[in-house]
Amino acid sequence: MQLDPTTLTWLIPVPPLLAFFLIVLFTRRSRWLSHTVAIGLMLVSWIMSWSVLAQILGREHFGEEGTIIAAAQEWLPLGAEPLKMGVLVDPLTAVMLFFVPLICLMIFIYSVGYSNFQKPADPHDKPGEPPHNGVEPLYSRFFAYLSLFAFGMLLLCVADNLLLMFIGWEIMGLCSFLLIGFWYARKYDDPKQITPRQAAVKAFITTRVADVVMLLGVAYLYSATGTLSFREIMYAEEGHKLIELAEMASPIAGLSAAGLIGLLLLTGTVGKSAQFPLHTWLPDAMEGPTPVSAMIHAAAMVSAGVYAMIRVYPILAATAEHGAEHGLTPPTLVLATIGAFTALFAATIAVAQNDVKKVLAYSTISQLGFMLAALGIGGYVAAAFHLMTHAFFKALLFLGSGSIIHGVEHGMHHSHEHIDPQDMRHMGGLRTKMPVTFWTFLIGGFALAGFPLVTAGFWSKDEILADAWAHAPIVFYTLAIAALLTAFYTMRQITMVFFGKPRTAAAEHAHESHWTMTLPLSILAVFAVGIGWVGIPEKFPGLGGLLPNFFHEFVGGALLEHPETLEFSVIPLATSLVVALGGLGLGWWVYRNAWAKADDRDPLEAPLGPVYRVLKNKYYVDELYDWAFVRPAFWLGEKLFSAFIDRGLIDGLIHGVARISLSLGLAIRDWVDIPVVNRTLSDGSGEVVKAVGREVRVIQTGRVQQYLVIALAMALVIGAVLAALNGVALVGQ
Amino acid sequence: MNFPFLSVITFTPLVAALIVLMLPADRKNEARVTALAAAAFTTLLALYLYFGYDVSAGGYQFVEHWQWVPQLGITYHMGVDGFSLPMVLLTALVLLTGVMISWRIEDRAREFMAFFLILAVGVFGVFAALDLFLFFFLLEIAVFPKFLMIVIWGWPKTREYGGMKLTLYLFIASVVALLGVLAMYVQSGSKSFDLLALAQAQFPVDFQRVWFPVVFFGFCIMGAIFPFHSWAPDGHVAAPTAISMMLAGVEMKIGMYAALRLGIALMPEGAKFWAPVIVLFGLVNVVYAAYIALIQTDFKYIIGFSSVSHMGLVMIGFATLSTEGLVGAGLQMFSHGIMTALFFSIVGMVYDRAHTRMLPELGGLAKKMPWAAIGFMIGGFTSMGMPGFSGFVAEIPIYMGIWKGRALALDGMPAWFAGLAGQAWFFPLVAIISVISIVITAAYILLAVQRVFFGNLPAQFDHGEHAVGDVAALDKVAMAVLCGLMILVGVYPAIMYPLVYAGLQPVLQLLGVQ
Repeated sequence: MQLDPTTLTWLIPVPPLLAFFLIVLFTRRSRWLSHTVAIGLMLVSWIMSWSVLAQILGREHFGEEGTIIAAAQEWLPLGAEPLKMGVLVDPLTAVMLFFVPLICLMIFIYSVGYSNFQKPADPHDKPGEPPHNGVEPLYSRFFAYLSLFAFGMLLLCVADNLLLMFIGWEIMGLCSFLLIGFWYARKYDDPKQITPRQAAVKAFITTRVADVVMLLGVAYLYSATGTLSFREIMYAEEGHKLIELAEMASPIAGLSAAGLIGLLLLTGTVGKSAQFPLHTWLPDAMEGPTPVSAMIHAAAMVSAGVYAMIRVYPILAATAEHGAEHGLTPPTLVLATIGAFTALFAATIAVAQNDVKKVLAYSTISQLGFMLAALGIGGYVAAAFHLMTHAFFKALLFLGSGSIIHGVEHGMHHSHEHIDPQDMRHMGGLRTKMPVTFWTFLIGGFALAGFPLVTAGFWSKDEILADAWAHAPIVFYTLAIAALLTAFYTMRQITMVFFGKPRTAAAEHAHESHWTMTLPLSILAVFAVGIGWVGIPEKFPGLGGLLPNFFHEFVGGALLEHPETLEFSVIPLATSLVVALGGLGLGWWVYRNAWAKADDRDPLEAPLGPVYRVLKNKYYVDELYDWAFVRPAFWLGEKLFSAFIDRGLIDGLIHGVARISLSLGLAIRDWVDIPVVNRTLSDGSGEVVKAVGREVRVIQTGRVQQYLVIALAMALVIGAVLAALNGVALVGQ
Repeated sequence: MNFPFLSVITFTPLVAALIVLMLPADRKNEARVTALAAAAFTTLLALYLYFGYDVSAGGYQFVEHWQWVPQLGITYHMGVDGFSLPMVLLTALVLLTGVMISWRIEDRAREFMAFFLILAVGVFGVFAALDLFLFFFLLEIAVFPKFLMIVIWGWPKTREYGGMKLTLYLFIASVVALLGVLAMYVQSGSKSFDLLALAQAQFPVDFQRVWFPVVFFGFCIMGAIFPFHSWAPDGHVAAPTAISMMLAGVEMKIGMYAALRLGIALMPEGAKFWAPVIVLFGLVNVVYAAYIALIQTDFKYIIGFSSVSHMGLVMIGFATLSTEGLVGAGLQMFSHGIMTALFFSIVGMVYDRAHTRMLPELGGLAKKMPWAAIGFMIGGFTSMGMPGFSGFVAEIPIYMGIWKGRALALDGMPAWFAGLAGQAWFFPLVAIISVISIVITAAYILLAVQRVFFGNLPAQFDHGEHAVGDVAALDKVAMAVLCGLMILVGVYPAIMYPLVYAGLQPVLQLLGVQ
């Protein structure tokens, strides 16, 4: 059956959603059925995505009007211009559809082994706690949440408008909350260590702050243009809407509407992609199971943030003279600044972390900074390219770290040690124990470090550096230092985990993970190397031109004007080579003999002194936020609003009024009601009535005859009076 | 004359109440079944009206009009439009779910059901009345039985205080508003209490500017406007579960409904003049109550303050005087009604089983009552405006409306105020501050979810004589109905948008927006 690509695009996000409901409603009691449903339907999504890709790759000049896939349905009949929901596949979407479903699928398969499907249930395991040595107690639920997560991401990818994109964005926020807090019952001995529950709330609230600001950007964009469709705003009428936006004044002096909308939307990405100053949630999100970390860091969530920025780039860069020509506008300036700063900032923190996942978390923050900085200086294609390569090698690294942790945990069962299985100081020498994990992790690490020529990370990072060199030297220098640190801490990690001698009995007894975990690693490793070859610059010495720079041509088509091809310059290339090889070499040199024992100190600790402590404590940003935002919020609610204004002023006033009214009532009773009204008036009149009664009582004899006589007499009197009155009346006539 | 649907809806609960009262005191089940049957019947009728309303024709439909006291211009006039119809449906749904939730009440069950039904008579009537005398008459019916119900069946610790506070506030609200309505009656000179006649009156601008705040803010007290909000949390907490549901779910909406229908719609010039002030009041409501909800340790107070916070958003939506803002506010009234009814029902379920509402004493209840936990989370997502739930489709237009703002008629306002509200950044700033409150909402909802439903289950709730059991089947039905509606409206908002939009069309025309 041949479905037309538009229908197929509509259907891409559906299977994982279906899987979510199927698992929740029907199959949750069967672990086997649950993961089969989740993986099977994810496979369907992947096949659909790639068949859409296969159909569009054959189209000439894909990206121009008429060749893309676009369809929309009315959703919200809001006034004259209804909001429409629709799908769009242009080159940028195509890139997302290339890697998102594939990586999701790999993560799903990996989760089978990660959740110990092959092992029997351990009676000591409780739901909400990580399993000790049995299958995950909430196995089916895990796959249900993962499926929902994938649905959110795919929805975001195919969305043709900001609102639908935002909906996918928020579904992911919700899923990240559920999945980071998946082990909700987990507790630590150290009260200062953040628990999964707290990490989940922190992630949700932090990203939510950014999301609502982004929502305002959406609202502003809608009220300014009357539509939220990407195509109508950014591509239709040769960018007229953009020029309009750029000329429109915003409420803030000196900023155009496009500028303000750009800044508001950008805030959403700063939160979602964990950029400074909203980065603190991401390292703590490591409390979730490792496949979730891979999902958040590679396939979905943080990638979504960067994707959103690439998608709305024409708005960010819109100036009145040129619709979408890249130049420095306030939003792109902020983007470049935040991106470059975060890239360096997070890289320095990563150097001093000992948790295998935390290092990767900070490296993600840093790499996302690379992408946003690239976008900020106009490197539209470079940002998209790095987004794709990073997704592959970061998924690989995270899944690899999960495999490492699994291996160490396995060893812990033999050695009966109580150590932190994620602490790299407790590892060492795993190279021989876990060969597949080692080789794939090495590939992923080298790709992250940008090992020249063979790895994908080299090509994409090189392109970013080349763009930075051409457009903004400051960004170039910042990123170059960050890249050096990246290579350094990557080598530090690889050395600590895989080389040297095992430093604990657990590491001694570690062994390779189940094939469901190593297979995805191997597949991802292939992409972490090979995917870079689609984007080799034409003018690269020797290699350029052997393969066409397919990626540049392809993604560039998503913009109105095709981005220029950079002249080749030797300085960024030399820099890439130096920082990558230098960083790796330096890391090897510093750490090759470090840590003979697990409790040795880091070789950098002594020379760096207090600086090391600051890095280790992540610049104390968490403490600062607690002191600057969290405490004041609770103080405001508790002391000022609730105790002082609500209970003190308002209720005090009301109670005062009530008391005065009561006293007034008492006073009236004591001074008016009882003496005047009761005694004088009521009681007085009562007395008068009683006295009259006493006097008249004599006629109440009880004899009927007498009553009749009185009645008759009264009747006569009344009759006489009436007759007399009548007579007067008659006479009057 | 067509079939008098609205009268039947309004008075079915009254008939049922009389039947219930005539039952012998020990026939509790018969009383419950009667109440449920009446509630189900009104819900079906309300649904019939909802889907039977002709959106393209608009205006008031299902109208009934009879003379009542012609000498004073009082008629029995009922009818619904797109703005009041969702409210009628909301009332029916809260009545229905309220009866289901109250199934386990043993103490004077018969009287409870009877009072609850009588309460509903007033609420239905208020939304259907098109004659202001009838409106106020039914409004008092909607207020008074609550006092008795709170004092008799309420939370023993605060029921006298809470009941008294609530009743006095609501009476003050209706008296203040009545004053404004009487002023309109006299000014119009038409000797008619008919809403449609008053709508034609075209009051002078000066008159509107003086009397609009009396009517609008009077009714807003009923919607818990700051600083007249403190009756709401105290009253909700003191009230039995079903009354909290009705109170927060529907009766706070009466205030906002009337503020629009008798305030903005009759005196649009006054509304334009006072709009920036309303915005500020609404903003205080939103932020202030959210912060207080954040620090509450009593589960029910959290929800009580969250209602106050959400009503602020309705006020802001009204005050934007724009299509998006008004439609969003109308939708928010429905969405919040359903959501808050769900919240209070779950709080009640927890309290009935754990016998405490204090967060530090609770925890891990998801294990014992998973339905309640899921229901609360769905309500929570609605509350924090997550896409896919009705709160999102209601709040998005409100923010769009706020952001747009509009050129305000600031003549006559004090200079400093005109200076403030006249700034281009005034409305965007309001929008930013009020969206921040959504974040606080997310914080207190998540904290409540975690402290009540997750974490460690206290041992005494796990086993032994104080063990907590699962919720009853009828509770599950009630929760499923409410959750289902939130999702339905959230995913397919077109089921309600055109209706509310049609209902607000005349108001928007008066405001000069359309």
